[in-house]
This record gives sequence, C-alpha cells and structure tokens, in this order.
Amino acid sequence: MSRVPDDLRYSKEHEWVRLNGDTATIGITHFASEQLGDVVFVELPEKSASVRQFASLGVVESVKAASDIYSPISGEVVERNVKVIEKPELVNTSPYEQGWMVKVKLADKGELSKLMSAQDYRAHIGETAGAGGD
Amino acid sequence: MTTDAALRRTPLYEEHRALGARMVPFAGYEMPIQYAGIVAEHRAVREAAGLFDLSHMGEFHFDAPSALAAVDRLVSSDIAGLAVGQARYGLLCNERGTIVDDVIVYRTGADHVLMVVNAANVDKDEAHVRRHLKKDVGFVDRSADTALIAIQGPRAADILVRIAGGSVAALPPFGVKSARAAGAEATIARTGYTGEDGFEVFVDNADAVQVWQALLVAGRGDALVPVGLGARDTLRLEARFSLYGNDIDETTGPIEAGLGWTCKLDKDFIGRDAVAKQKADGPKRRIAGLVVDGGVARHGYDVTSEGKVIGQVTSGTYGPTVAQNIALAYVPTDLSKVGTTLAVRIREKDVPATVVKTPFYRRAQ
Repeated sequence: MSRVPDDLRYSKEHEWVRLNGDTATIGITHFASEQLGDVVFVELPEKSASVRQFASLGVVESVKAASDIYSPISGEVVERNVKVIEKPELVNTSPYEQGWMVKVKLADKGELSKLMSAQDYRAHIGETAGAGGD
Repeated sequence: MTTDAALRRTPLYEEHRALGARMVPFAGYEMPIQYAGIVAEHRAVREAAGLFDLSHMGEFHFDAPSALAAVDRLVSSDIAGLAVGQARYGLLCNERGTIVDDVIVYRTGADHVLMVVNAANVDKDEAHVRRHLKKDVGFVDRSADTALIAIQGPRAADILVRIAGGSVAALPPFGVKSARAAGAEATIARTGYTGEDGFEVFVDNADAVQVWQALLVAGRGDALVPVGLGARDTLRLEARFSLYGNDIDETTGPIEAGLGWTCKLDKDFIGRDAVAKQKADGPKRRIAGLVVDGGVARHGYDVTSEGKVIGQVTSGTYGPTVAQNIALAYVPTDLSKVGTTLAVRIREKDVPATVVKTPFYRRAQ
C-alpha cells in the first residue's frame, strides 16, 4: 500500500505539493517512486527558473528508464534540493520529506484547485482504503 | 504493454508470482523483471548469491560421433578442442561475417553437444543450424521442455552443493557435468552472465519447481534472493558481456563488437573468410565502454564528438557496483581509445562521457 499523506495536494502525474504560505514544495509520490524502482539520477531546473503547471519540471531516471516530472503548479523556483541530486535514492526512501525536488514561489494560488486531495489521489491510483504518512 | 495471450510462461511462473515479482513480456515469455528491486538484487549477486529463472533460453542438442566437428563448423570459437565436460562461448555467424547469435557450447558427452542460444533467436537459429548441418547429425531443439535455473554469486557454490553434492564445487569455470539436484536429473555447468562465480542448472520442466524451491531453502542462511531480468542486465553490463539485440546483431561483425577473441580464424567456420577480412581491414567503428557524467545513457541514444553525432549507445544503465553511469557504444575507431572524451546526447543535451577500459567491473580473484 502506497503512502498518501492527507495534508498534500496531488497531480494525476503523481507529483505532490506541500503549501507553506505562498511557497510550494514539490516532489513525486510514494506510488510513483515504487513504480519507477530504484531512482539513480535526478535532473532539476536551476534556481529562479520559471515553471508552468503540468509542463515538464525535470527528469527522474531509474535503473530501468527515464521519466519526466511535471510541475503541479506554476511559479518561480526558489530552491532546488541539492541533496536529492547527490543522493537520488532519497526519492525512494523518503519521497515526502528528504526526497523533495524543488520549492516554487506560487504564481497563481487558484491553480491548486486543479489538483487532487489525498482521498481523490488514492482513488486515482486504485488504493481507496488506508491513510498515509511518511 | 498489455498482457498478450500469446505470451508463454516458464514452469516457474507461479513461483515468481508468489515471490512478488513484477512480470514483463520478454522474448515471447512473461518473465520476472524484478522482485525486491533491481539495485538490491544486483548487490545480492555481487555480495552473496542470486537465483535466476532462465528457462526462456533455448537448448539445442546435437547427437552423433561427428557432432563436435559439426558444431565446430557452426561456431566461431574452438569447439573441436573441447574435452568432455568443457564449455566455451562463441558466435554463430552468417557468410557475411555478421552475428546471428552468441551461444555457449557444452560438450556433455563424447558424441553429445549442447548449445544454449538466446530466447528471441531460437527459431532463427534453428533454421540457420538446419541449413548448415549435415543430415547424419542428430539435432533436437529441446527449448520448450528444458528449464534453466542459474545460481550466481560468491556463495553460489556453497549453496548448490547442499542440493547437488560436493562434486559440483570441483567443477572448473566453464566445466559441465551431469548430477542430481534435489532428486532431479540435471546438467550443471559453471557458467553465467553476471561477472561472478556461479552455476547454470538445466533440468526438465517437470523438475523446475522442486529445484528452484530447494535452492531457495538451501540458500536461506546465505542471503540468496531471486533475481529478475533487470538486475541480470545491470550485472552483465558491468561485466561487459554483450547482449544480443542490443550490442550485437546481424548488422555487427565480431571484430567491431570486441568479440574477435571468440573467432578462431585458423579453422573453418561459417563466416570465417568475412571475419578474417574484417580483421585484416581493421573495423571502421568499434564498441567502446563509456562512463557518462550526468545522466543515464540508454540504448539508441546518440554519441557525439564536438557536437557532431558519431555513434550510438547500444547498452546503458546505472551500474550499482561501480556506482557510475556506464554504457557501450559503437564509435569510429579513432575515437574509441581509452581516455577519449566524447558526449552522449541525453534529452537534447550533450553530456560528457569518457571512453574507459572494460569490463567496468571485475571481481577480485
């Protein structure tokens, strides 16, 4: 059973958003990291790059394949997780905490309504029972 | 890919499901790609032992007083020189001197030879063999009836002796013998595709489950784990073993593929003259080992030099033991020297890559 924390918002493409004021932390879900398998490389945008909702944000590579990460919201990158670039396995071991990707200053809070609640995301991945937590 | 009704299953299919394997289509079979995870399985083989279902592979049997000579003419390496109980790697080539398949040939008896071929090539190889084989040599394709279980890693011998007796531990590398394994009649060889010590155990389909289960039980105290095709690929690439369909095929010759050492040019074999010419002329391109700095190279990616495409990646992955992104690629001969700086085009960016000596990984002796 994948972990799906209740306090996050989710995209169909399996990214999560944690809101803190007008800054959003972005990562990929536990479900996504399990589907990918062992993550061995992470490519992220530079600081102050602008990202658009549902457009490519970066790439995670597992042993098997490369997969795009799509930004769940639009805004300006204010920080990227240097630790996850150095230790890509954090995406597998701690997808919701140490394995975050970037922090983005939100351009439009209204975009959050296009994301899913934890409950809807659980249904999206076919796991309706059980709550989450990292 | 969706489940295809035409996909075949090995006799160990239910075992894989019970062990939680993720199954994928491979060479017409539903095969386990991973159980616990590719990196964990890879490490288990390097540090302890791993168990592989290779029942999709093909097994050709040749029977006749002239079987050894007949197979010697089909295969690039010195088959005629095999003593009973010895095996050797070699190539099936066509007259153009390109590679039909890479095989291991086992001399299992005075008049008996076993050839193990790649699963995807069974039908093609059978046609090739029948076209070139003399009628007086008995030939049977037993691929569909034979299960192949490999146990690989530094603890493989200790585990295998518990179900097959102490004599298997005395097998030299590339040695082969008949033995009983978990009560079943088996052919056991000290061969593999991982860069570690290990064994391959051939049994009838009907005996596969009991041998597989007995090995898992025998290896419980030695950290033996089942290993899928995912880690099989990372293990073989670190050890720089060619993968047919990726690194070699009917558009590649043995010399450019770095497999000249498998070609005994002072004997007659199909494709010999063409291979001799490739060697004399010197190949225009060569397969090179690359370490890529900043991304994972994959099959089909372009290799560039000063912004110009000069070759293609044939295999690429992250190597868990070497902890680097490694790849094989065909590049022009003058750019194939160790130390040459090239690049691999990953998502439209040229990522630096260096030609390195292979194998990427060699086990401590």
